[in-house]
Amino acid sequence: MLNYLISGISLGSVYAIIALGYTMVYGIAKMLNFAHGDVIMVGGYAAFCASTYLGWPIPLCILFSMMICTILGIVIEKLAYKPLRNATSLAVLITAIGVSYFLQNIALLIWTSNPKAFPNMANFIPAISLGDTTISSTTIITIIASVIIMIGLTLFTGKTKMGKAMRAVSEDKGAAQLMGINVNATISITFAIGSGLAAIAGVLLCSAYPTLMPTTGSMPGIKAFTAAVLGGIGSIPGAMLGGILLGILEKFAQAYISTQLSDAIVFAALIVVLLVKPTGLLGKKITEKV
Amino acid sequence: MADTLLKVEDLNVYYGSIHAIKGISFEVKEGEIVTLIGANGAGKSTTLNTVAGLLKPRTGNIEFCSKSLVGVPAHKIIKDGLALCPEGRRVFLQLSVKENLEMGAYTRPDSELAESIEKVYELFPRLKERYKQVAGTLSGGEQQMLAMGRALMSKPRLMMLDEPSMGLAPILVDQIFDIIKDLHKSGTTILLVEQNARKALAIADRAYVLETGKIVNTGTGSELLHDDSVRKAYLGG
Repeated sequence: MLNYLISGISLGSVYAIIALGYTMVYGIAKMLNFAHGDVIMVGGYAAFCASTYLGWPIPLCILFSMMICTILGIVIEKLAYKPLRNATSLAVLITAIGVSYFLQNIALLIWTSNPKAFPNMANFIPAISLGDTTISSTTIITIIASVIIMIGLTLFTGKTKMGKAMRAVSEDKGAAQLMGINVNATISITFAIGSGLAAIAGVLLCSAYPTLMPTTGSMPGIKAFTAAVLGGIGSIPGAMLGGILLGILEKFAQAYISTQLSDAIVFAALIVVLLVKPTGLLGKKITEKV
Repeated sequence: MADTLLKVEDLNVYYGSIHAIKGISFEVKEGEIVTLIGANGAGKSTTLNTVAGLLKPRTGNIEFCSKSLVGVPAHKIIKDGLALCPEGRRVFLQLSVKENLEMGAYTRPDSELAESIEKVYELFPRLKERYKQVAGTLSGGEQQMLAMGRALMSKPRLMMLDEPSMGLAPILVDQIFDIIKDLHKSGTTILLVEQNARKALAIADRAYVLETGKIVNTGTGSELLHDDSVRKAYLGG
């Protein structure tokens, strides 16, 4: 029981980090970046190459992976999304799905479909034993990382000038420009942050589930998107809560109901929550006054 | 004679194929209150949005402090001292009052922030009372005050106000116009767009009348207040 809870929280923390990236980009740029999951995959491969082929030390591998993903995020935004800034959200959504397939197929060309064995990069602290159960090093690091990222993002968007400017841009691009905020630069930075987080998520995900394939990012990406919606998309604590809940739910469903049905159960939970509370668990109420 | 602060020459603006602004020219001199009046759709807001850089003119020139603004992106224009308080207020509803004001001073160094915020609070004590509230919870009048305070935070040389009295109760309209007069006294040049032509003309040094994208009349505020055609069209006879 405790075992499942812990592995649920661990998986949930990965979902949470991915969901934070989704929510960040959605919250500021008001678009669903469905390629986010595939940026995670690229992050995984970047760290893998740096470690296996180049033999770099782990911290450097992680930094390299974050750098690659940050640049990738900015490039994707510039090439694919920026020209669509004034297009319908449907056009942007379809483009995002296109980018997602594009990244997967590029990865397929470069690294083929053979799974790569990912070296565990998140085991640099000792595991903790609680009676019969051991909490692995990777689990502890994943949970700590997700909490730090959540707190960091909350402080960043709440307290810093840049973060406040991001919230201003998310509400009204025109008015933000009138304040002297460079809207394009702000959106670029949002993508950079989201993609940098994706790299961390990629390393943690692959450390916990060490098979790396071009499709590695897609299912966790969709689950994390579900988590973000469950918690209330656009809300940072919501993404965290949604991620953890989803991870626990998935592990419990696998353990007590059926491994095959666990995904169905997870998505069913989303439907139920949205029926009861359409804005998600911690979704923002829209206050508007005319 | 005072220096010309803003000079617009032969401006043409299109929305797609719709010719919204048809070759208008006007100027605002340092220390003046100038108003653009006209009916709905005459092109008043379009003119201000173009000057502020939110819309791109097809032809024509906009000069501010003898520097051309054509092609300068909107977020750079405010640095030169030209602020627009937009139509419909457009305060950031999910940001607090204080955060909204901070955004207004986005291009200025943080060290000057506290002092400027105090000045705005002096002008609008209501905002001080509510500095922690998110702007979405303010009343319409308070939001207008916030929008004006926010525009002031950039310390503009020229403040453009787009329909500041729109949708407000008469007593608040008077208050807003009093504040505009105060701002002007404290040295800010003002370009005011209003549907409330009577009030706008009463405080304006000079005025331009816009009709379907063209300037059809111009004069001092009091001249136009007593002009027959203006009275018929905009002041209710």
